[in-house]
Amino acid sequence: MNVGKHPQVKSLGVKSDGVDTTGDIIKLAMLAVGGQGGGVLSDWIIDVAESNGYRAQSTSVAGVAQRTGATIYYVEMTPDTGREPVFSLTPAPGDVDIMIAAELMEAGRSILRGFVTPDRTTLIMSSHRILAVSEKMVPGDGRRDSSKVIERAQSAAKKVVAFDMEREALDAGTVISASLFGALAGSGALPFLRESYEETIRAGGRGVDASLAAFGACFEKAASSDGASLPGVQNETSPDKPAPRIEGPSELLDQWNALTARTQQLPDAVQPMALAGLHKVVDYQDVAYGDAYLEQVERAVAADSANRDWKFSTAAAKYVANAMVYDDIIRVADLKLRSARTKRVRDEVGAGKDTILNVTEYFHPRAQEVCGTLPAGLGLFIENRPTLFRLLDRLVNRGRRIRTDSLTGYFSLWVLAALKPVRRRLRRHTVEADHRDKWFAQAMSSCASDYDLGVEVLNCRRLIKGYSDTHARGQSKFDLVMSALDQLAGKSDPASLLRHLREVALAEEGTGSLETELALLRT
Amino acid sequence: MAERSFAKEVQKLKMGEGDIFRGEGILAITKALLENGVGYVGGYQGAPISHLMDVLADAQEILGELGVHFEASASEAAATAMLAASVHYPIRGAVTFKSTVGINVASDALANLSSGGVAGGALIIVGEDYGEGSSIMQERSHAFAMKSQVWLLDPRPNLPSIVKSVKDGFELSEASNTPVMLEVRIRSCHVHGQFEAHDNKKPEMSVADALENPRRDAQRVVLPPAAFQHEQDKITKRLPAAIEFIEKNKLNELFGPDDEKVGIILQGGMYNGVIRALQRLGLADIYGDTKVPLYVMNVTYPLIDSEVTAFCEGKDAVLVVEEGQPNHIEQAIGAILHQAGASTRLVGKGPFPVAGEYTGQVMLDGLRAFLKDHAAGLLSDRDRAPNVPAADVVGNLADVVPMRPPGFCTGCPERPIFAATKLVERELGQHHIASDIGCHLFSVLPPFDIGATTMGFGLGPASASAFNTPDATRRSISFVGDGGFWHNGLTSSIGNAVFNRNDGVIVVVDNYYSAATGGQDILSSRADNRTKSTKHPISEAVKGVGVKWVREIDRTYDVGKMAKTLKEALTTPEKGPKVIVASSECMLNRQRRERPLTNKAIGNGERVVKPRFGVDEDVCTGDHACMRLSGCPSLSVKKLDDPLRDDPVAHIDQSCVGCGNCGEVADAAVLCPSFYRADTIHNPNGLDRFLDRLRKRVIDWMQARRESRQLIFREQ
Repeated sequence: MNVGKHPQVKSLGVKSDGVDTTGDIIKLAMLAVGGQGGGVLSDWIIDVAESNGYRAQSTSVAGVAQRTGATIYYVEMTPDTGREPVFSLTPAPGDVDIMIAAELMEAGRSILRGFVTPDRTTLIMSSHRILAVSEKMVPGDGRRDSSKVIERAQSAAKKVVAFDMEREALDAGTVISASLFGALAGSGALPFLRESYEETIRAGGRGVDASLAAFGACFEKAASSDGASLPGVQNETSPDKPAPRIEGPSELLDQWNALTARTQQLPDAVQPMALAGLHKVVDYQDVAYGDAYLEQVERAVAADSANRDWKFSTAAAKYVANAMVYDDIIRVADLKLRSARTKRVRDEVGAGKDTILNVTEYFHPRAQEVCGTLPAGLGLFIENRPTLFRLLDRLVNRGRRIRTDSLTGYFSLWVLAALKPVRRRLRRHTVEADHRDKWFAQAMSSCASDYDLGVEVLNCRRLIKGYSDTHARGQSKFDLVMSALDQLAGKSDPASLLRHLREVALAEEGTGSLETELALLRT
Repeated sequence: MAERSFAKEVQKLKMGEGDIFRGEGILAITKALLENGVGYVGGYQGAPISHLMDVLADAQEILGELGVHFEASASEAAATAMLAASVHYPIRGAVTFKSTVGINVASDALANLSSGGVAGGALIIVGEDYGEGSSIMQERSHAFAMKSQVWLLDPRPNLPSIVKSVKDGFELSEASNTPVMLEVRIRSCHVHGQFEAHDNKKPEMSVADALENPRRDAQRVVLPPAAFQHEQDKITKRLPAAIEFIEKNKLNELFGPDDEKVGIILQGGMYNGVIRALQRLGLADIYGDTKVPLYVMNVTYPLIDSEVTAFCEGKDAVLVVEEGQPNHIEQAIGAILHQAGASTRLVGKGPFPVAGEYTGQVMLDGLRAFLKDHAAGLLSDRDRAPNVPAADVVGNLADVVPMRPPGFCTGCPERPIFAATKLVERELGQHHIASDIGCHLFSVLPPFDIGATTMGFGLGPASASAFNTPDATRRSISFVGDGGFWHNGLTSSIGNAVFNRNDGVIVVVDNYYSAATGGQDILSSRADNRTKSTKHPISEAVKGVGVKWVREIDRTYDVGKMAKTLKEALTTPEKGPKVIVASSECMLNRQRRERPLTNKAIGNGERVVKPRFGVDEDVCTGDHACMRLSGCPSLSVKKLDDPLRDDPVAHIDQSCVGCGNCGEVADAAVLCPSFYRADTIHNPNGLDRFLDRLRKRVIDWMQARRESRQLIFREQ
């Protein structure tokens, strides 16, 4: 049996003073999403530590976690005294000095796992989000509340360095590991000079300039961070967003100005939504359509009152606009042909002024869409004849790739978009207008007896969105939720029940949970 | 070509006497093999030892110079069978794979190997895939060592100890004519550290020498009556020899005072965790000098009875720190102490959880609880009676932070296969779907939620074999990856289906590599490989074992075709297995291969078309149906600055590789026309430029004409 190389000491009954002896060991953990380059960062950290006369050890859990899952890296270091220190291979809750989180929710996870504690942890986190699949697949809005993490980070850590480090990396043309390295250096949490970090990046030899740029930018930001002021969660709807600039023939502009003047007659609380709605419907169709829109809003206002904060008419302003702007093939063609769209695509792809871009659109029209685009009578005629309808479907139902940068592709959509002036005479419009009228009438009548219920009926319009199958699914959810109105009649708080049903419908793709809820209501 | 190249790192393998080697655990193991005169190495990739195989593959030149034969074995069984080279010849051999799954596969060969015994040192390096980061069922390799009576090393997780254990392992194997398993855990494989190197040694006997001078000894063959003698030999000769070697060479270690009333017996792999807990309790310093005696078992099988009883002598209580279950070591120590009539109290799983990893917190809590009960005098007052728990810093975060399981990478060619499957199920109803091991197993997670079982590598179709009856109208669907196919699937799954006239549908997911383990080449890989024979089509193999209905899809991104083919397989009147070979290159590897070439081509002025996808945010309505058929990391959602919109819309970020899945899915599932593909033409030719000018001129005119006749709302 090998008596270890450590001296045997007589220590019978020597009581510990209870002091953690690892005070000289710096413990650094890192949580990243697989593919973010956590391995590179831990190699850099080891390199900096060793070049500064430290003994350092890093470990990681690679394996399948690399494939987009949450991944953890762990580094310990201590000044080299010539003796081999014994480092831990895993971080322990309450025992981490520096926590680097390469994404906001991963920062949340590190707090959850106890790696961030107020007595000692410097939390270096990028405030950007990489949404989890579970957040993205919800038919409504499945995104988790980022502000809760920011809020917690402040109380959980000794010091927080937080900003969008992904943005800094993208701006510099590199990946987030360089940003995190810069933020780590700038935070001062490690006793090393800036130059030695930069030397490490240079020694790596790949993409050095971009890495150094991101490193530098993040170093400065972290160094000037007082650890107290954190970025709020970015405000998604900026109140000071400039209104769009309106252009067009003067005759149309006059008509437009008359419409906007009418919105100014509306209660103050309704005006912003009504104006946004007006933009949307006029942009979709024409000034006359805007006139029809405002008429509906004015009817809602007439049934509303200031002591309910104009909730009903604000909801009407929002959802009537959305209902009037139903998604049809004419609209898609119209949107895809605009000069603003051309510019947006080029910006998104990062194409320079002279870069040649080929743009392919993915269409899949079915007989439903074709009938909707026919004169109302003819469309109905075909829809009522299954054999004819099937025949038409066989003729048209297939995927079509259309190159909108080519003349033939552009022109074919141009022709479709040219149908805009006659849209009101087409089959789809009749169906949509009829549906909208019924819904609006229902909302008005509900509002008369139960104000909140009226608002919720309007809000149910959120369920209808999309094209083709998606539209059909939304429509059936809408119908299901609205079908509950009869059952709700005798209940105590029908408005919140209806809201609940809508939320259930928005949370999943199918209607399973919704139907269960409805069955419960019936009993 | 593997996902990660070690071309630079393997240069470290040339280090000589006295050089300081700095690097990862697996690289250190490779170096140790060379320093110990290994004659041949093999193995099968899989975390956490995938990189060990990659290092070896990248080090073939160095191996060649030393006359070392390297083989990327077809399976763990093949690797272990290769150790037969050490049965008659005094050649040192080493193989490596992940465990316990690898050792499961290898166990037949392992049992035969250990029965007859070895003349040359035979080392099996198992990457124990247990605890956080593991991708497999949670079991221990320990039981395999016990049942086949091979010795199990579990060195302290630092580079010098791991390197030493390679040397010890070979010598122990030779001294006791028994194969030796060297167990390294996930983190020790990836631990970065340093050790003092020695010169590499050429094997004393090479495989070439052996081939030229064949030997045999029928006594080593597992056949009665020799087999009965083998069992006797194991007990009467090899075990005593092993015990003697382990004792004499002090493979196990003692730390700390020898007169304390308590002590800790631990697996070598637990050493750093135990020391850290002691450090935090103020009972050890940062160099590991401990006030609590430790008996560190760098050999966890066999146990050395005399060492155990000697350590326990005079102690009131000992704690066994043994990760995982069953607690084989604790039970064995209990028997040893009982038979020796010792009065020492044995504590094991009491203060520790029976199941699960010994993380930092578990270790701290376990040690503190043990010491509190049996040596309270050692603990500080604070640890004896801890204060009130720290303030709650976590709050309700658990409700906010989403789970983030692994999933398909950006542009993964397997995504469209499962999108198509989901679409077919929508039309034909739900089916029984059997999954297999590999990246494609991510299909069981959202957004696809496809797959009911996984029964082992290459066994996907075999696991659906019961579902073969004329009484049902619906067929089973099973998946198997190209890795699993060649590992075992061709015989156990495809051959089995042919022979039993299985009527099910089998989808072979072919991404040109053993992708989940890091992109190693396999038989059907399309790449040229200097040392391996590749480009053997899966479809040929399938036809070769008798499958009549075979369809090949050479671009999985064609969701429509994929769905159509799957539907045909499910509905065709033809009997017998229906095999679809769905092939497209692993995007991770493709990008790694193509990106430098593309950039070079652009730099050289060649015409290059680079695709990317985008979403028209004003066309997208925020239903996210596309997400439910994708889950691509580059396809996410964003909130628009528009008060009329409730739900965030789809958005594709700059990480998009333009694989095409989005557009294909939007088409096949009849979603919405908001996706577009934008192809950037780098270094356009004359025709490109002419067409572009012409198109721009006409389109600009048409745009201007239309936009001048209506109201235009220009965002500012």
